[in-house]
Amino acid sequence: MSAHTHSSVLKHHFDHLEQQHASERLGMWMFLATEILFFGGLFGAYTVYRLYYPTEFEFASSKLNRVIATINTLFLITSSMTITFGIRAAKLGDRAGLIRYLVLTLLLGGAFMVMKGFEYNADFEERYVPGTLFRSEYNAAFEAVFPTSPLQPPLSKEQAKAYFEQDAQSAHPKHQHWAAELVLLNYGKSTKDPDYIDPGKVQLFLSFYYIMTGIHGIHILVGLGCIVWLIIEAARGAIPPENYSTVEVVSLYWHLVDGIWLFLMPLLYLAGAGWAGH
Amino acid sequence: MSATTVWATPTTTPPPEPPPAEPNYLNHNYSIWSWLLTTDHKRIGILYLISITLFFVGGGIAAGVVRLNLLAPNGAIVTEDVYNRAFTAHGVLMLFFFLIPAVPAVFGNFFIPMMIGAKDLAFPKLNLASWYVFMIGAACAAWSVLVGGIDTGWTLYPPYSTRASQASVIPGVLGAFISGFSSIMTGLNIMVTIHKMRAPGLTWNRLPLFVWALYATSLIQLLATPVVAISLVLIMVERAWGVGIFDPSIGGDPLLFQHLFWFYSHPAVYIMILPGMGVISEVITCFSRKNIFGYAAVAWSSMGIAVVGFLLWAHHMFVAGISFYAALLFSFLSMLVAVPSAIKVFNWTATLYRGSITFQAPMIFSLGFIFLFTIGGLTGLYLATLGTDIHLHDTYFVVAHFHFVMVGGMVMAYFAALHYWWPKMFGRMYSDWWSRVAAMIIIVGFFLTFIPQFVMGYHGMPRRYPNYPAELHILNVMSTAGSSILGLGYLLPAIYLTVSLFNGPKAGSNPWSATGLEWQTPSPPSIHNFEETPVVVCGPYEYAIGVDQMGRPLPEGPGEGGPIDPASHAGHPYPAGPAPKETEVVG
Repeated sequence: MSAHTHSSVLKHHFDHLEQQHASERLGMWMFLATEILFFGGLFGAYTVYRLYYPTEFEFASSKLNRVIATINTLFLITSSMTITFGIRAAKLGDRAGLIRYLVLTLLLGGAFMVMKGFEYNADFEERYVPGTLFRSEYNAAFEAVFPTSPLQPPLSKEQAKAYFEQDAQSAHPKHQHWAAELVLLNYGKSTKDPDYIDPGKVQLFLSFYYIMTGIHGIHILVGLGCIVWLIIEAARGAIPPENYSTVEVVSLYWHLVDGIWLFLMPLLYLAGAGWAGH
Repeated sequence: MSATTVWATPTTTPPPEPPPAEPNYLNHNYSIWSWLLTTDHKRIGILYLISITLFFVGGGIAAGVVRLNLLAPNGAIVTEDVYNRAFTAHGVLMLFFFLIPAVPAVFGNFFIPMMIGAKDLAFPKLNLASWYVFMIGAACAAWSVLVGGIDTGWTLYPPYSTRASQASVIPGVLGAFISGFSSIMTGLNIMVTIHKMRAPGLTWNRLPLFVWALYATSLIQLLATPVVAISLVLIMVERAWGVGIFDPSIGGDPLLFQHLFWFYSHPAVYIMILPGMGVISEVITCFSRKNIFGYAAVAWSSMGIAVVGFLLWAHHMFVAGISFYAALLFSFLSMLVAVPSAIKVFNWTATLYRGSITFQAPMIFSLGFIFLFTIGGLTGLYLATLGTDIHLHDTYFVVAHFHFVMVGGMVMAYFAALHYWWPKMFGRMYSDWWSRVAAMIIIVGFFLTFIPQFVMGYHGMPRRYPNYPAELHILNVMSTAGSSILGLGYLLPAIYLTVSLFNGPKAGSNPWSATGLEWQTPSPPSIHNFEETPVVVCGPYEYAIGVDQMGRPLPEGPGEGGPIDPASHAGHPYPAGPAPKETEVVG
């Protein structure tokens, strides 16, 4: 508790700055452990169902937008790099550099969320959402091929294919492409067949998709909020070099959110990468 | 007040009372905002104390409804629907809002920094935030009760909780979810504090065992709570939007929820019991005036319980359709966790051996803990055994086992802690006689309540049923009678402790003549706990040579000179006991 280590950034209950920084870092690492367990529950549940229902999961995954996901991955990886440059700038006392890197990180993270928003929007327009939307789309496509009325005979597989192709090329298609594909793939199969694609289990995948990316998105938003706060603090000169650990602690969190995306990306988007070969 | 001057005071004449104007954490500011915006760990501990007392009363009332209704084989006072809501409210309030925060958030908050010689926890603002998060969670639970309550049982199994239940499940689940974050915040704060803020000389091997127990608890809080958080989110999503991953109609597996839920909720029972075990180690040594027997064994058994406790959750699902081999493994691991628990019990008993024991209220509660926890632990082995569990699963035997550990163990330890540290927290002594009477009433009432439940469970009475065959009537009446005695026992401390706040004699800084650093501060403690950072020179329980952790002689303890009222020499530090030998006190 010697006097010379006392500065405006040392909180009253710490003896010296090293102790304060070490506590902050340890606290953040422990918080990250809870985050890993939090997502770990989801990953565990996902793994169970992925092993139970591989066909449905691959089919469902193949209908997600891999292009947006790849671009988003690049955004997040780059943002992890820029925030690390930010720590370096903070250590060197380069306030302008710190603000510049933080703003870059903010823009990259924001771009991720914007892209994600477009992707969600497209998914919703395709009614690729578990629950009533999904069911009504699937049932409509199914009933177009297998009418409920006993007076109308069901379409043959070729007729159904032609019908859906024609529908897809019309100005206002009546059916979503995934629903049509699902009906065609299941044509003539019983629900007991090993390669029958159960629409219920496709919804199970979609539940995981929305819950996992949704919770990840909330984490991104929290991270962006922290970065905005850092920018304000840096702008008013509250992050002197001896307090660089504030930036470091936020960056640890940001890396974790980035790292979780690096697991989500293959689990959700690449699980169905081989689907076209089926 | 510097220590050396105190011990130099002549013994014949009591020293004058210290000037009362000294500001402490209670009287330095009386405004409501100084409480609601405080970052002082002691004040936050008091905020938690008040809050969980309210929830204890609420959960107790719900338990009263359950027990009264079971007075008659077909329900005595409420409908079956209300009965379901009452036992769920009892479970949710007692588990999430009393047992889990009881010792870590009240006594951990208050005493961990003082026991390790720190001015505060590592993150004071996070600490305050944890209380607010806890209260928001509690408000959600209260909301759920006000709109009719939940009828799912505290375990919230789908598909009943997600599809069938007509009750207001979401607010209750939200309450449990939110309060979980407060638990994580407290655990994280305590863990970082123990790692980084120990006083000079306070090595890991000199930490009081309460600190070790809280460390193990915090580890579980950090690693288990997030898993239940995500499973509760999944329950809410599934119930709110009908899309979920436990729905069997689309291929979901309800058993998966049980895995996720118990991955937290089984370790959670160690969140509840481990801090209690820490309290017992403090009290047993102090009131038998002996060093703890097997310090390292007691400390590491806490860590052993924390680690093994993560690996046995599926023993809740022996009859739920898990594979035989999984059941075998989880049965073995469940028995394994009895080993560190037994290590503790044997070491406490060995600590008592040839000790100079006095029976103040904290000690009676602690002895009650050892006795009741042992019964609770041994009956747990019946449930860990695959063959007997099939007979006993989901019967009152489980209820009785669980309550022996949680009420007979944990609530008893909570009251031991409350009585042990009350003089330090408020600077006042409570009535010695009434506190002993209350402790005895609680133990007797507890026995009468829960011993019959073992018998009725063995005879096959299922838990959570509002009706039972007439042959079990007498046992249920005994149990309800016992619960009213237990209720009276819990009412008494509320009265005499409140009275002591206003009329109790002033407690000295160390009324029990205990060794821990927390007793080296004034009672009530000053705002920053220590005037200067203490330097620790020895282990935590040097009662045999009569020195505290700073190597100074202890004042005369409650065990020396017969059973005397500790209040009678409150405030008078006696330089009794053998002189410290510097060569003996290192280590």
